[in-house]
Amino acid sequence: MKALMFGWEFPPHILGGLGTASYGLTRGMAQQPDMETIFVIPKPWGDEDQSFARIVGANTTPIVWRDIPWEMARSRLEKFMDPREYYWRRDNIYADFSYMHTNDLGCIEFSGRYPSNILEETNNYSIVAGVIARTYEFDVIHAHDWLTYPAGLHAKSVSGKPMVIHVHATEFDRSRGKPNPIVYNIEKDGMDNCDHIICVSDLTRRTVIENYHQPYWKVTTVHNAVDPLSPEIEAIERISGVQEKVVTFLGRITMQKGPEFFVDAATQVIRKTDHIRFVMAGSGDMMDQMIRLVAERGIAHKFHFTGFLRGKQVYEMLKSSDVYVMPSVSEPFGISPLEAMQCNVPSIISYQSGCSEILQNVIKTDYWDVDAMADAIYSICTYPAMAEHLKEEGKIEVDNIKWEDAGLKVRKIYDNLVGGR
Amino acid sequence: MKTICFYFQIHQPFRLKRYRFFNIGRDHYYFDDYANEDILQQIAARSFMPANRMLLDLVNQYQGKFKVAFSISGMALEQLEIYAPEVIDGFRELSKTGHVEFLTETYAHSLSSLFDPEEFRNQVKHHAERIEVLFGQKPTVVRNTELIYNDDIAELVYDMGYTKMITEGAKHVLGWKSPNYVYQAASQPKLKLLLKNSRFSDDITYRFSNYSWNEYPLTAEKFISWIAATPPEEKVFNLFMNYETLGNIQPSHTGIFEFIKALPRFAFEQEIGFSTPGEAMENHEPVGAISVPNSISWSDEERDVSAWLGNKLQQSALKSLYKVGERVRLCTDRRLKHDWLYLQTSDHFYYMSTKHFGGGQSPFSPYMSPYDAFNNYMNVLSDFIARVEAQYPDTVDNEELNALLTTIHNQEKEIKRLQMELKTVIGTNEKQLVEKVKK
Repeated sequence: MKALMFGWEFPPHILGGLGTASYGLTRGMAQQPDMETIFVIPKPWGDEDQSFARIVGANTTPIVWRDIPWEMARSRLEKFMDPREYYWRRDNIYADFSYMHTNDLGCIEFSGRYPSNILEETNNYSIVAGVIARTYEFDVIHAHDWLTYPAGLHAKSVSGKPMVIHVHATEFDRSRGKPNPIVYNIEKDGMDNCDHIICVSDLTRRTVIENYHQPYWKVTTVHNAVDPLSPEIEAIERISGVQEKVVTFLGRITMQKGPEFFVDAATQVIRKTDHIRFVMAGSGDMMDQMIRLVAERGIAHKFHFTGFLRGKQVYEMLKSSDVYVMPSVSEPFGISPLEAMQCNVPSIISYQSGCSEILQNVIKTDYWDVDAMADAIYSICTYPAMAEHLKEEGKIEVDNIKWEDAGLKVRKIYDNLVGGR
Repeated sequence: MKTICFYFQIHQPFRLKRYRFFNIGRDHYYFDDYANEDILQQIAARSFMPANRMLLDLVNQYQGKFKVAFSISGMALEQLEIYAPEVIDGFRELSKTGHVEFLTETYAHSLSSLFDPEEFRNQVKHHAERIEVLFGQKPTVVRNTELIYNDDIAELVYDMGYTKMITEGAKHVLGWKSPNYVYQAASQPKLKLLLKNSRFSDDITYRFSNYSWNEYPLTAEKFISWIAATPPEEKVFNLFMNYETLGNIQPSHTGIFEFIKALPRFAFEQEIGFSTPGEAMENHEPVGAISVPNSISWSDEERDVSAWLGNKLQQSALKSLYKVGERVRLCTDRRLKHDWLYLQTSDHFYYMSTKHFGGGQSPFSPYMSPYDAFNNYMNVLSDFIARVEAQYPDTVDNEELNALLTTIHNQEKEIKRLQMELKTVIGTNEKQLVEKVKK
C-alpha cells in the first residue's frame, strides 16, 4: 500500500500540533511492513528524518521547464533528495505556468509557515501537487488539514485514486464558532469531494457532521497518540527554586485555549492558600490582556509568565510542574496533556477537548467550571495520594497510547477504499 | 429436611454534596439532602414498600413456615426514619409476626473491622441497641459490612459475645467445599458461620431477567427443583441479597414479586423449609472449619476488598479517616460524632474505585469520576479533621488527653458529691436553728 500524504509541517520545524501528529501517524504506519509513504510538504529544511517516509518538497518540484545541468541540480538539491528526482518531476509538468513567479530551477518558493498570503500558498501547493501526482505511483491520497485539501483534490482528479482527508482542527475550533467563510469553503469543498474523512476526536467528528453536513458513515474517528519520550528528554531534572507547588498552563495564549479560566481558577486558589504558585507559559494574542487581568486581581506575586518556550524548554517547564492545566474551550484533540503525563505530571483537562475522550487518569472539568478546576488544583497539591495515583496510573495509561494502533485504524480505512473500487 | 435461608440487605449511604475546598472551615454541613431523599423515596416506592407487603402476606399465609431475615444499616435506618417512616412501620409489623429476624452489623456500614477494632465494637453495639429499640428483638447474628470477613474479624466478633456470623461463600476460600452447610471459624471454632450460596443468590439478583441467560425465564418451580436436586446431605441454602433486588434491581415488571410469592408453595411440595440465619445455625452443627487469612467480601468477581481498598486514593482516604478515630471517641460534640459515622460509610470509598474504568464509572456513583469522588471526600474530611482538632489542642496526645479528661470527669463527680454534702449540712443546720428558735 502506497500513500501520498500532503502535510504542511514536519518535525523538527513545527509551529503547532499538526506537524507532530502527522509525523507520529506516518511513523506509526511505517511499522506495517507493506506500507510506503510519500510525504509532501511545502518546504523541507533538509534535516527531516527520512527513514520511514520519502519527503517530497513542493519547493523543489518544478512547474516550469528549465534546462538545468546535473552539477547544478546536485549541488542545490542533494541535501533534500536524490537529484534525479528533480528530472523525473520535470518530465511531468502538465501545463504552461511560465506566467507564474518561479526561481531559476522553475520551482515556486514556499514559506512553509502561516503567512498572510496563505491562500495564495495553498493554491500554489495545489499546482505543484499536479506534478507530484503524475510523477509518483500511489494507491491512496491523504491530506492533513485544510491547507492541503486543494492539493489533495488536485492529485485525486489527476490520478483517480481515493482521497482521505484528516481533520486535525476545523475553522469552528480556531474561531470559537465564527468561521472565516473562505476557509470554511475550502474545508467544505475538501470534505464534499473526498472519499473518507478521519477526525482526531468524536468532538471533531460531530463538528464535521453537523457544521459541514457530512454523512456520518463517511466520517471516522482515529484518536491521536504520542511518541515515547527520547532518553535525552527523560533525563531532564526538575528545576524549581520555590517551595510551593507549581501549576502550569502551557500553550498558545489565545481564545481557543481558555487562558482567562486558568487565571480565574488561580485567583480562587491563591486567595485561599499559600502553598501553590501558577505559571502561564507560551505567548499569544491574549497575553497582554492576561497580564493585566492578573495584576487587577492582585495575584501577581504568585502568578508568573514565561513567554514563548521552544523545544527542550517545554519539557523543562513540564518537569518542574506539579499540575498541568488545559482549560481549552474547544480543542479538537490536544496532545499536550499526554506529554505532561509522560513527564509524570498530573493533568486537569476540559471536557471540551478531544483527548478527554480517551484519557481516564486525568481530572476533567468543564472549561467554564472555574470552581471545579480550582478544587482539582487544590486537591492535587494538597492530598499526596491524589498526585501519586495520577502520576503513576497516568504514566502507565499514556505509555499505552501508541501511534502504531492509530496507524492500523487508518490502514483499515485505506484498505476499504482501495479494495472497494 | 433442606431449608432455605433468606437474608436481605438494606443500606443507603448519606451521599455528600459538592464540597469545594473554599468551603473548608466555613461550611460544616456535608450532605446532599435532596439527592438522598429523592433516591431513598424512589427505592422505597419501587421496592421496600411492595416487598414488605408481599413478605408480610407470605408470612401470614403460611403461618410462620415462611421466614426471612433482614440487616438494615444504621445509615439506612436513619434515612428511612426521616424520608420514608412507613417502611420502618412495615418492618415493625414483620418483626411482630415473630418469624422475621433482624441481624446486626456496623451502624455506619463502615470498613472499621479492617482498620479500627474499637470502632467496630462500638458500632455493632450501637446498631444492636438501635434494632432492639425499633423492632423489639435482640440480634444474635452478626453481618459485617458487604459480608467482609477474615480470621481476625471472627475473633473480634466472638469476643463481643456473638456465636453466629454470616459471610460470603467465596470460591477461592471454599475450594471443593459446598456453601450449603454450617461451618465454623478456624480462628475461633465456637463461632458458627453461614455462607452465601453465590450461584443461587445471583440467579435471582443478577440473572433473573437476563434474556441471554440459557435458563431464562427462571420460574419458582425450576429454581426449587435445582435446590431439591442437590445432594441430600446439603441442608442449608443461603440466599443473601440486596433487598432492592425485589423491585429495583429486578423491576416489578420482570415478575420478581410473583416469583418470590410462588417459591414457598413449590418449596413445601418438595419438602424444603425456610429458616432464619439464627435458626439455621442453631439447628445445624458445623461440618468443618473455614480459614480466611485474606479478607473476603461479596463484591465483584474477585470477592475481595479491592473495591474499597484497591487503589492509593482509597487507602489514603481511609488512613486519614481512621487516624482521627481515637480522638473523635474522646470528643463529646454530638454533631461531630454523627458526622464521624456518616463519613465512614463504605460507599464513599467505593466511588473512588478505578476498577471500573473502561466500563464507565462505578455503578451507583453520584460522581463523574473516581477522582471527583476522592477530591470531594478529602475536602469534607479536611474540614471534619479541623473540627476534631479544634475540640482539644493537638499538642496533647491521646493518652494524656484521656487521662486529663478522666481527671476532669472525676473532679466533676467529686464537686457534685461535695455540693450535695454541703447542701445536707446546710439543711441540717437550718433545721437545728429553726428548732432552737421554736424552743
